[in-house]
Amino acid sequence: MTQVPSIAEEQLSTSLSSSKSVTLRIARFNPEHENERKFMEFTIPYEKWTTVLEAILEVKKHFDHSVAVRYSCRQATCGSCGMIINGKPRLACFTKISELDSDIVTVEPMNNFPIIRDLAVRFERLFDTHHKIKPYLIRDDSEITSNEKEFLQSPEELEQYIQFSNCIKCGLCNSACPTMATDSSFVGPQALAQAYRYVADSRDKGKDSRLKVIDDSHGIWRCHFAGSCSQVCPKGVDPAMGIQFLRGYLLGFRS
Amino acid sequence: MRESIIMKIHYGTALAAVALVAVHVLMRLTQSFAESLEYENVIANYQFLPYAGMLEIILILLSVHGFNGLRVILLELKQGRVYEKAVSYGCVAAMIGLIAYGSRTIIMVNMGIV
Ligand code: SF4
Ligand code: FES
Repeated sequence: MTQVPSIAEEQLSTSLSSSKSVTLRIARFNPEHENERKFMEFTIPYEKWTTVLEAILEVKKHFDHSVAVRYSCRQATCGSCGMIINGKPRLACFTKISELDSDIVTVEPMNNFPIIRDLAVRFERLFDTHHKIKPYLIRDDSEITSNEKEFLQSPEELEQYIQFSNCIKCGLCNSACPTMATDSSFVGPQALAQAYRYVADSRDKGKDSRLKVIDDSHGIWRCHFAGSCSQVCPKGVDPAMGIQFLRGYLLGFRS
Repeated sequence: MRESIIMKIHYGTALAAVALVAVHVLMRLTQSFAESLEYENVIANYQFLPYAGMLEIILILLSVHGFNGLRVILLELKQGRVYEKAVSYGCVAAMIGLIAYGSRTIIMVNMGIV
């Protein structure tokens, strides 16, 4: 474990006025050159509003620019900055240090994802499974061609799926899922929640083909309803509920 | 077979087994525990066809449910085409083996071999 001194005062910009500081422990690992993960510690001043992502970027700016982290929007929209923060999968840009209520903040890459380096992980499996469930409206006609009508939807019909369309593909649910940890072929809560999102959409006609994809030996039935996916979802999608609704179709309780 | 059909069988066998095992336990309560294990009583139970039939059904329900449960656990532990095929066929074979072995006892008693 490497202890790096606090930020030199002349390097600080906004953080100078802060009286509080936190020890940020960052997991460092390069699978191409190293066999095991090690942690580097940095002392970072923070304000009430400082996010974990900002603290990591402080480290990159002042101590070690080689820390690998993926981010983009900084406002819980792009789904890039998922990581394990103090043992729980969270978005770094959406987690304030002050809310963690701890003097030590440990950041690690998401579980159940192959590590590229440090905090950056590969998303191929998530995107593959997402793509597999056909995340688009399936029907023969289209709104786009002329002479076609708009696909109208009542507020009640919209309510059936709107919560599930908030998914930002951050992968936190897949990271928290215990089945994802052991079953490398499991379709995962993110894709299952999206399968429900389209199956429940009154404009969609692809229910049967989508249900066929998830009705597989590594599909929806491997969910044990641990519910951890819903606990960690930053957008309130509740994949566990979507999975149970989806099971309703397969068991004949819904049509 | 589609996984949803297998899982419907899985849930169905669980529910049916709970009901029938409850009947089985209630019938055992008509005697003391030691008494119900006496050789003559066990043989009499097997020779009472409605009861023996229920035991046979419980055997089938629990074997189907249990071995499918085992299949699911093993599929989640490790993946791979050959492994998964071996697990699936192995579980079906073990299930058939267990049902055959259990049924043999009931048939032998009723044929007077025991
Ligand atoms: S369901 Fe929630 S946790 Fe999962 S990928 Fe979508 S937004 Fe992230
Ligand atoms: S940086 Fe976009 S979700 Fe955090």
